[in-house]
Amino acid sequence: MAGFFHDNLSYFLSGISVGGQYALIAIGYTMVYGILRLINFAHGDVFMIAGLVMVYLSASLPFTLSIPLVIIATVLLGFVIERVAYRPLRSAPRMSVMISAIGVSYLLQNAALYFTGGLAKVYPSIPGLSDTVVIWDATTKIVTLVTPFLTIALVAVLTLLIKHTKIGMAMRAVSRDFETSQLMGIRINSVISITFVIGSLLAAVASLLYFTNYASVTPVSGSMPGLKAFVAAVFGGIGSIPGAVIGGFIIGICENIIRGGASIFGIPGTGWTTFSDAFTFAFLIVILVVKPTGLFGEKAVDKV
Amino acid sequence: MKRILFIALAIAALLVPLSAGGSSEDGTTVRIGVFEPASGDNGAGGKQETLGIQYAQSLTPTVEIGGTVYDVELVLADNESSNDRAATAASMLVNEDVSVVLGSYGSGVSIAGSDIFRAAGVPAIGVTCTNPQVTEGNTHYFRICFLDPFQGTVLAAYAYNTLGARTAYCLAKLGDDYSSGLVNYFVEEFEALGGKCIMETFPDGNSDFTSYIANARNGGAEVFFSPTSTEAAQLIIDQSSSQGLTIPLLAGDTWDSNVILQAAKGKDVDITVTTFYPEGANQDFDNGFKEWVNADSTRLANNGGDDTVAAVTAMGYDAYNFALQAIRNAGSTDPADVMEAIWTTEIDGVTGHIELESVNGDAVRNTVYVKHCNTETGAWDALPAVVVGE
Amino acid sequence: MDSAYRKRLIAIWIGIAAVYLAVLLLDMTLRPTSMLLTVLKKGAIYSLVAVSMNLLNGFTGLFSLGQAGFMLIGAYTYAILTMPGDVKTSESVYKYYECFITFDTGVFIGLVAAGLMAALFAFLIGWPVLRLKSDYLAIATLGFAEIIRAIFQWDVLGPVTNGANLLRSYIDLTRVTLPFTDIPFPPTLFVFMVSGICILIIVLLINSSYGRAFKAIRDDETAAEAMGINLFRSKELSFVISSFFAGISGALLAMFQYTVQAQQFKSMMTYEILLIVVIGGIGSISGSCIASFLYITLSEWWLRGLDMGTFLGISAPSLFRSGFRKLVFSVIIMVIVLFFSRGIMGDKELSIPRMRAAFARAAKRMRKEAAG
Repeated sequence: MAGFFHDNLSYFLSGISVGGQYALIAIGYTMVYGILRLINFAHGDVFMIAGLVMVYLSASLPFTLSIPLVIIATVLLGFVIERVAYRPLRSAPRMSVMISAIGVSYLLQNAALYFTGGLAKVYPSIPGLSDTVVIWDATTKIVTLVTPFLTIALVAVLTLLIKHTKIGMAMRAVSRDFETSQLMGIRINSVISITFVIGSLLAAVASLLYFTNYASVTPVSGSMPGLKAFVAAVFGGIGSIPGAVIGGFIIGICENIIRGGASIFGIPGTGWTTFSDAFTFAFLIVILVVKPTGLFGEKAVDKV
Repeated sequence: MKRILFIALAIAALLVPLSAGGSSEDGTTVRIGVFEPASGDNGAGGKQETLGIQYAQSLTPTVEIGGTVYDVELVLADNESSNDRAATAASMLVNEDVSVVLGSYGSGVSIAGSDIFRAAGVPAIGVTCTNPQVTEGNTHYFRICFLDPFQGTVLAAYAYNTLGARTAYCLAKLGDDYSSGLVNYFVEEFEALGGKCIMETFPDGNSDFTSYIANARNGGAEVFFSPTSTEAAQLIIDQSSSQGLTIPLLAGDTWDSNVILQAAKGKDVDITVTTFYPEGANQDFDNGFKEWVNADSTRLANNGGDDTVAAVTAMGYDAYNFALQAIRNAGSTDPADVMEAIWTTEIDGVTGHIELESVNGDAVRNTVYVKHCNTETGAWDALPAVVVGE
Repeated sequence: MDSAYRKRLIAIWIGIAAVYLAVLLLDMTLRPTSMLLTVLKKGAIYSLVAVSMNLLNGFTGLFSLGQAGFMLIGAYTYAILTMPGDVKTSESVYKYYECFITFDTGVFIGLVAAGLMAALFAFLIGWPVLRLKSDYLAIATLGFAEIIRAIFQWDVLGPVTNGANLLRSYIDLTRVTLPFTDIPFPPTLFVFMVSGICILIIVLLINSSYGRAFKAIRDDETAAEAMGINLFRSKELSFVISSFFAGISGALLAMFQYTVQAQQFKSMMTYEILLIVVIGGIGSISGSCIASFLYITLSEWWLRGLDMGTFLGISAPSLFRSGFRKLVFSVIIMVIVLFFSRGIMGDKELSIPRMRAAFARAAKRMRKEAAG
């Protein structure tokens, strides 16, 4: 067993690292969905924009300045998107809001395409995170090791926030029953804004980690991680933060195992890797059909 | 009210361009279409190839046909490195009355645009698209570079004989005719020599190559062959360095780009590529081009931020001059005449002598240049060129 | 009332005939590569797929995002079936595989098979997926489209699908002939005819009792069920029919662009179609058609100047560079989504009395403004 892990450690390391990054993005999805019942299709693109902002800022500023600025810019972007594209449609049918989300995603991608000229931008290497280390004969970047711990730490803070603060209580109330909490005097709009702010903040952190690992940003860099993170959120039970985290890790690890399938299990064939993305979706459909509430989802009354 | 406004806008929009259609030829202009990607996976390479064409045009902006001096106008169409966008970009070009089309960087888009040029009767000259399917079985697509069966064979022989590798890991991009084609010819030759190959593909939009790198290591590969686009190449280089993969990375002409040099600089990687033209082979061309690129910040940005001379730029330069010679030989700007004349056109370009064989219209080339990346200086070191059939 | 209805019907048919005649004339007079014909063809193809998506999203209330996947199935089925047998057995397309299917069929069978194949997949997918609600359904169909794409790129199926490599040399639009002759069929007219017939069938379906059942489900599922509508069966029917026509439009797209490859059928394509439906108005067939032509013409033709340095005579190469067209376009789309969320037509159809009334209203308003 130890030998098996030793031989395949690099797959697990990649899986855990990318899983942690998915988890951070997934929290943004799951919180927004929990409150607004909206799949925020633009979330993955917010993550991509955070990467691009970092590329441009770090060209002229030191990291001590550019990293906080990236986080602030991303938070602002998330806030503005909610304000401009989702809030006016609050009383519209759910389909309209989702279409608006798709529109925002399209807009962000095209804006990125225009400003980058369609070329991949090389992400700066952040000293400390980008260095390589050797653990148990597997070579990897430090960021791979940092990611899971940082993810868990952030989630712990977030859970405390939600459990023990007033605003956290308001969030829980709104996600439980939108209208009643409004009647109880909770300011829905500010709760929703804060949800988007937290989601974008975590997306910015995820983008720092993700692009340090995979150092190139293109206009479509955000869409696949975004979709996978959404699947992770569904798997964990939408609305549940620990669920999203566990979902993220599981998806990240599975995806890398599939890519390494031929080598790990000694099954030859070239077809494996074709399905590394499709697997995620197959997984999603199985969950939706078998257990739509996910791992930790509440058995919510369907509010259709 | 909104709806009426909307319909009115729609009708207005319908009427505008009827007046603003394509500008007509005034009789002393010859148009050359540039069918190159400016965005997407191959955007970086496409831009460099376009620069070569533009540089050549800046040196020779006119052509004399039958005693009249014609101005040469370049019509650029971005095919976005995508096969479905290629079709519309190609029809836009033929609609602009071009006499001949140059391009594209990337074999897939060339194949996708090919039938549109065929239907319109416009000849096309492939500059660096190396997949055989581009010219095979048609009479309107030509090419001035070598082909993948040739390049793949040379690479395989290089890996087996020079690097002494017996197991090769080959990574192609799913659905990319260039990389899957080249991998295929590489594998054929490598296995014929007695080596063993592990073949894998990665899907579009993939940015995590660590598992593929682990597969290569676990499979006992001694050389990592991945003729991908430069976008994927950046990631592969970065991740193989951070994963401590020390076996040589081997690739084809796409990797001959300053993008690769920038990605590899200061990293622990061993990169060897085959290409069309080594910088320094023609000093006049190199110096002239560098001066021209440095004169304009947009050009510099399109060249990847420095003044390295990419092989595709030299090829683009030759392609332009080749097309001009063909137009001169044809004595007409009519696409059909140009198509006829291309078969027998010959020039001495900066990348060597160019003439086409008479079956598919491919260039007769027997030299592949080999370069090795110097990770300290961030420049290419020329290795001895491989000449086949001498 | 009856005679007024008949008059309207005759007017509609005359209008349609005039459009087809105009298309035929354009086809005969303009050169085949002209931009006008190109956008007309692509617009007609997108009309069909937009209408098929509207059938699901607008008339049945099923938010499905799987359209690109079904187009892919249609395009591949058509391309594989109509590619001449000797091309398939030779090395020119199937480079790395021995083609498994050695026979070839004509255009008509190819098109129908394309639709049927997509419908079959839809039938199978519908079983698990259609039990899901709104956004879960959307994400599950999106996922299935991605899975379909992966399956068609799978190496093991290479002998059928040519792996992930592109397919070409099948019967494209320039090679369609009139039945039993060698006379080429006017390509634009062909696309218009196929799309037109398919859309007509969808219109008839929507106005049938099935269509009323669909609308009942859209408006209120519980009430529809109480009225005795079998929810699942109706949804499945709508899903399968929509996919059938998406398959045909995929086949037309393959004919239009000469080559086809699984790679292009990404979720972005579905989003584009969805946006067309939204621009046209969810629940309006004529809206979807108008929006398709508008969208294609703008994005492929008129706004191209935004990418090329000069637009409407204004030359600003540093502003109007590659990608600006798409940026402008996505801003327009956001404006439509936010401020004109009913699109061009809302859920109404284009009809002569309504247009007349609208113009009368506009004229009246203008008079009033001029007076006041």
